[in-house]
Amino acid sequence: MGSWIKDDGPNNNIVLSSRVRLARNLSNVPFPAMLTKESSSDVIEKIYDEEMRNGVFKEYKFYNMQDTGFVDRYALVERHLISPNLAAQNSIGAVLISNDEDVSIMLNEEDHIRIQAVLPGLQIKEAWNIASSIDDKIESKVDYAFDDRLGYLTSCPTNVGTGIRASVMIHLPGLNLSSNINKILQAVMQVGLTIRGFYGEGTEFIGNIFQISNQITLGRSEEETVDNLTGITEQILNKEKEARGLLFDNNRIMLEDKVWRAWGLMTNARSISGQESMKLLSEIRLGIDMGILKRIPVSVLNKIMVDTNNASLQKSAAKELNTPERDILRAEEIRKLLMQ
Amino acid sequence: MQCEECGKKPATVHIIKIENGAKTDMHLCEQCAIEKNPINLKANFSVQDLVAGLLKSGNKGPFKVDIVHEAKCNVCGLTYSKFKAAGKFGCSNCYKVFGDRLNPLFKKLHGNIIHTGKLPNKAGSKIKLVREIEKLKQELNTAVMNEEYEKAADIRDKVRELNSMEQEEHNGQLD
Repeated sequence: MGSWIKDDGPNNNIVLSSRVRLARNLSNVPFPAMLTKESSSDVIEKIYDEEMRNGVFKEYKFYNMQDTGFVDRYALVERHLISPNLAAQNSIGAVLISNDEDVSIMLNEEDHIRIQAVLPGLQIKEAWNIASSIDDKIESKVDYAFDDRLGYLTSCPTNVGTGIRASVMIHLPGLNLSSNINKILQAVMQVGLTIRGFYGEGTEFIGNIFQISNQITLGRSEEETVDNLTGITEQILNKEKEARGLLFDNNRIMLEDKVWRAWGLMTNARSISGQESMKLLSEIRLGIDMGILKRIPVSVLNKIMVDTNNASLQKSAAKELNTPERDILRAEEIRKLLMQ
Repeated sequence: MQCEECGKKPATVHIIKIENGAKTDMHLCEQCAIEKNPINLKANFSVQDLVAGLLKSGNKGPFKVDIVHEAKCNVCGLTYSKFKAAGKFGCSNCYKVFGDRLNPLFKKLHGNIIHTGKLPNKAGSKIKLVREIEKLKQELNTAVMNEEYEKAADIRDKVRELNSMEQEEHNGQLD
């Protein structure tokens, strides 16, 4: 389980995780969308050969998507180790996951290589350092598609240059409850950042969780990108703290009522949907941070967020479950985690 | 002018073929233009049909036919119009083939057209030198603006040194 799920990190009460992803491609090999099945396994073989298996990737697990079942693939998506895109691309894709699950390297997703490092709290720079050092190790082994003028060449022109996507997963219930969220999100978009849902591109906003990431990859260095996102995140973080403080001072009963109702439902429900549990979890997180509820380790809250999703539930039950069965098991797991 | 193909009959058809920006001229006689046309298009409505049609239309030659092939990547086969429709490149060579016509897109997406970030360790030492020189020049400007002339002189010497290193490297590549 990745450290962003089980460990504390700086400003963890608001910033759930920091992630850096680097897109890289091999020179003189068509991008994955243009590859035949045969040449796609050549790509994997080039990066994950005998030498790398026993060296750089010694502490990694390797999953070939075609040998990985549906439930297992989507359980990896739920733990943010692979993208929904790779899970769907089940004939040519693969992933390398470090044993501590902080690093994952997707092969034959949109690009040949996508290195990602995730850490708890606000630690974008640290995540960049990890991703960059793995990048150096892979580069010593293969030839990257790189152009002196355009930088790292990628399948999508939105990634060309540094190929970096730095992002934070940020929990903003205070700004949402005080109806300030749209103002903040609009301002964020005006400074060259993008906002995405819980699972990345094209996914919806649930449980007051937003992913904010850089958009520009050409003509800006990785350090500038990381510093810029860190600076903006710190400002949003302060606004969220301010909003939480104001809610506590001015609308205390409303806030306490919301938090205790959420606690009541989560600790008593016998059947609950994923959508509802994410909404209530957001209120419980807020309640803990405001001192309304007793302290619960962040690992328990994150386990509820990750392990009670559809695929993870079925994986732990070791069988396929229909929606009503999942909702019953989810309620059971949540009660167990919160009452321990 | 005689036909370039058979060398017997007079060339009455002038074909200009433009592929990936490279221009080729062909001077052929009517028969060769139809039969031995070096441009093999398998579509029903082919260049051959077009030329034949023109010849049959009763116009007296010589006349000109321009054949313009759109930019197409010679590695993965992606055409520029397909790229524009899908928004994704087929391989890294596409960047080279589509060349400067991508600049407006990069400008729109990133506001820039030049990479300023990380370089692979394998990247040429030349690009690293050029970057270093650019950085020093900026420092030089700041030093002059702040009237730190001693510091400016030091930086200037360093720039000169690096410039000559770059020149040497350049000459080395020419050898």
